[in-house]
Amino acid sequence: MAHTFPGGVHPAAHKVTAGRAIENVPAPKMVHIPMSMHIGLPCEPTVKVGDHVKKGQKIGETTGYVAAPIHASVSGTVKSVALAYHPNGSRVMTVSIENDFQDEFEPLPRAMDWQMMTPDEMVSLVREAGIVGHGGATFPTHVKIRAAMGKVDTLIVNAAECEPYITADHRVMLEQADEVIGGIRILLRIFPRIRCVIAIEDNKLDAVESLKRAIGADNRIKIEVLKTKYPQGGEKQLIRALTGREVPPTKLPVDVQCVVFNVDTTATIYRAFTYGMPDITRVVTVSGSAIALPKNLRAPIGTPMADLVAACSGYDKEAHKYVTGGPMMGSAQFTDQIPVIRGTNAFLAFAENEDRLVDQPICIRCGRCINACPMHLLPTYMYLYASHNRWDECEKLNVVDCMECGACTHVCPGSLHLTQMFRIAKAKTMERRRR
Amino acid sequence: MDKTRTMPTVTSSPHVRSAEHIRSVMLDVLIALAPAILVGIFMFGPRAFVITAITVGSCLLWEWLYCLVTHRPNPIGDLSAAVTGVLLACNLPVSVPLWLPVVGSFFAIVIVKQLYGGLGKNIFNPALAARVFLFLAWSSYMTTWTLPHTDLPWFANVADTVTSATPMATLKEGTTAGIDFVAMLLGQASGCIGETSKLAQLAGFAYLLARRVINPRIPVSYLATVAIISLLFPQGGDAVQWMLAQLLCGGLIMAAVFMATDFTTSPATAGGQWVYGIGCGIITMAIRYFGSYNEGVSFAILLMNAMVWMIDRVCRPRRYGVKPFAKLREKTRDLLSKKSEKKGAEQK
Repeated sequence: MAHTFPGGVHPAAHKVTAGRAIENVPAPKMVHIPMSMHIGLPCEPTVKVGDHVKKGQKIGETTGYVAAPIHASVSGTVKSVALAYHPNGSRVMTVSIENDFQDEFEPLPRAMDWQMMTPDEMVSLVREAGIVGHGGATFPTHVKIRAAMGKVDTLIVNAAECEPYITADHRVMLEQADEVIGGIRILLRIFPRIRCVIAIEDNKLDAVESLKRAIGADNRIKIEVLKTKYPQGGEKQLIRALTGREVPPTKLPVDVQCVVFNVDTTATIYRAFTYGMPDITRVVTVSGSAIALPKNLRAPIGTPMADLVAACSGYDKEAHKYVTGGPMMGSAQFTDQIPVIRGTNAFLAFAENEDRLVDQPICIRCGRCINACPMHLLPTYMYLYASHNRWDECEKLNVVDCMECGACTHVCPGSLHLTQMFRIAKAKTMERRRR
Repeated sequence: MDKTRTMPTVTSSPHVRSAEHIRSVMLDVLIALAPAILVGIFMFGPRAFVITAITVGSCLLWEWLYCLVTHRPNPIGDLSAAVTGVLLACNLPVSVPLWLPVVGSFFAIVIVKQLYGGLGKNIFNPALAARVFLFLAWSSYMTTWTLPHTDLPWFANVADTVTSATPMATLKEGTTAGIDFVAMLLGQASGCIGETSKLAQLAGFAYLLARRVINPRIPVSYLATVAIISLLFPQGGDAVQWMLAQLLCGGLIMAAVFMATDFTTSPATAGGQWVYGIGCGIITMAIRYFGSYNEGVSFAILLMNAMVWMIDRVCRPRRYGVKPFAKLREKTRDLLSKKSEKKGAEQK
């Protein structure tokens, strides 16, 4: 019996790239590395125009605790340090490096002898490697580990990958199972005597086999199969499905004695500890109806999306919409010149508008949104109040619990802009609370 | 870059939607209603078809006319008026004069639906409200029942038809004698056009469930409530037989499956749907047992329609991550601690 949570939806999977092996993107001429690729304070650039940098060299230092340092993803010359567009739509300080194609690599100091390290030193190395959550939220991993040390009884490795189109984690599990499991073993040194579960949706049973081979006789690591349903990979839903615990409002997984890492994050941890490789590459699924030959590509951080698309034989139709991340929670982009960042798991280009828009959205109160909501909310009523600017009533209906997964909007037959409206309502509620 | 390229669209997520939309949902309801109406036409002959066509046609016409007059976009493409039309036709006796459905459609579409703001905003189920309006205004037409396979004129007014008592009237007299259950299932009983064959309605129910158009909470709680009350308090004959008769007679199944589940006029919360179904069941049985009407289904649903907003407010789902009745527990804990504090203070 596969684990699951109440609510959720079944969007069309479109995982056409599941059978295609990860390819390396041709070395980009330029990379544009934003100084903010994590939740928290942005980094300060430590290089200036004209500097020569090696691959793996630190180019951005943190200015606060909740942050992760940033490293050059290619060797070459710094061409500019200036404001540039970030996938989240804002302009942030960005270091642009011209690739010299020499691939000079500077590994992280003290990385290889991790077997001798104390857990505390290991967490410091995770910080030095600049590792952030690769699932998309990009929370600095060292902060998460420190907050959870000694307080959790379950370590969950999130391999659900419930968003349509994306197959990056799936391929990583198939091709780099040893790195994934190696990363988990490193985490198990930091979290000794803990229940460790890898959670995979039941549409990726080949990944289960691949990981089982890599685990071998290690009985500390278990694999649990989840029902294929969106948003199964949501942190709160995952914890609910595996442990039956619900994370209370405004609380974190650590409050229910759980800590969750994305499966690709564990592979990144392994590379940092084994090869001294900081968080400077990531696997991106390039897909969507406008892409000629969808692929999974490994790209240095900072590679423009257009380079990835070129590696997929370009566009075969005019792109109507670009999205970084999945189609349910990803952000639309106005250009394909936006760089790959640490949290980018997909770049999608749609030839037509898949978000069916109508002139007059109508709510027929069918209640599908309520059945779909994984957070026990009443989207139909919240929408009604929000569309009449009744933010007080929205707050009473706990609109702040909304995690913007988009499940309600996906199933709405009346084509209401539910999630979009709740973003406004959440902002208004926060505003009201500050006052 | 190519100059003809237009700027890509930038919108806030999600970027994909399911293929389902209002029109497809309404089409599913129409498909689910088809067996009932087809059996009705088979049982009552071509006049039943004429009445259905007039009802649906006039519903669409009134909707179109109203939106034309008020300068609104034409909504008949969403098929919701067609659903109202078929539902209303299902609820008419076959012998009514042909102008009656036109008046009923006007009441349903213009008064009950559009004046309240149109699709999704009406408080009462349009078809049911129209049925009750016609029933109160032209009782004699609305309570003249014809036996199946009676030869009726296609268009002309029906005069001096062979009327018959419905099974509902038999039950009112406190007996199940003469009720043929097989005939009730297949549809060889007198009644409204769409109400006769329970099997056809249950087939529609199965279709709606399979297509996930409705969920079973309201019909199940409604029918279960009626079943339990009639089983516990039979008024004539064998208790089980009495219960079956109560379930199968009149428009109960039709109403539980197609009327009570109307999205707009029923609760949207899971808990609210249970409460609503049970409420409909209780009121239906109260009218059947104690009221002066034979049938209480229409009034029961309309009464519950009026309470939907309140039911949904009370039956909100538990907040994620918060235990059930958390507020109540907190309050009792506060009260208890205050009490003990008071006691402590007194003892000092």
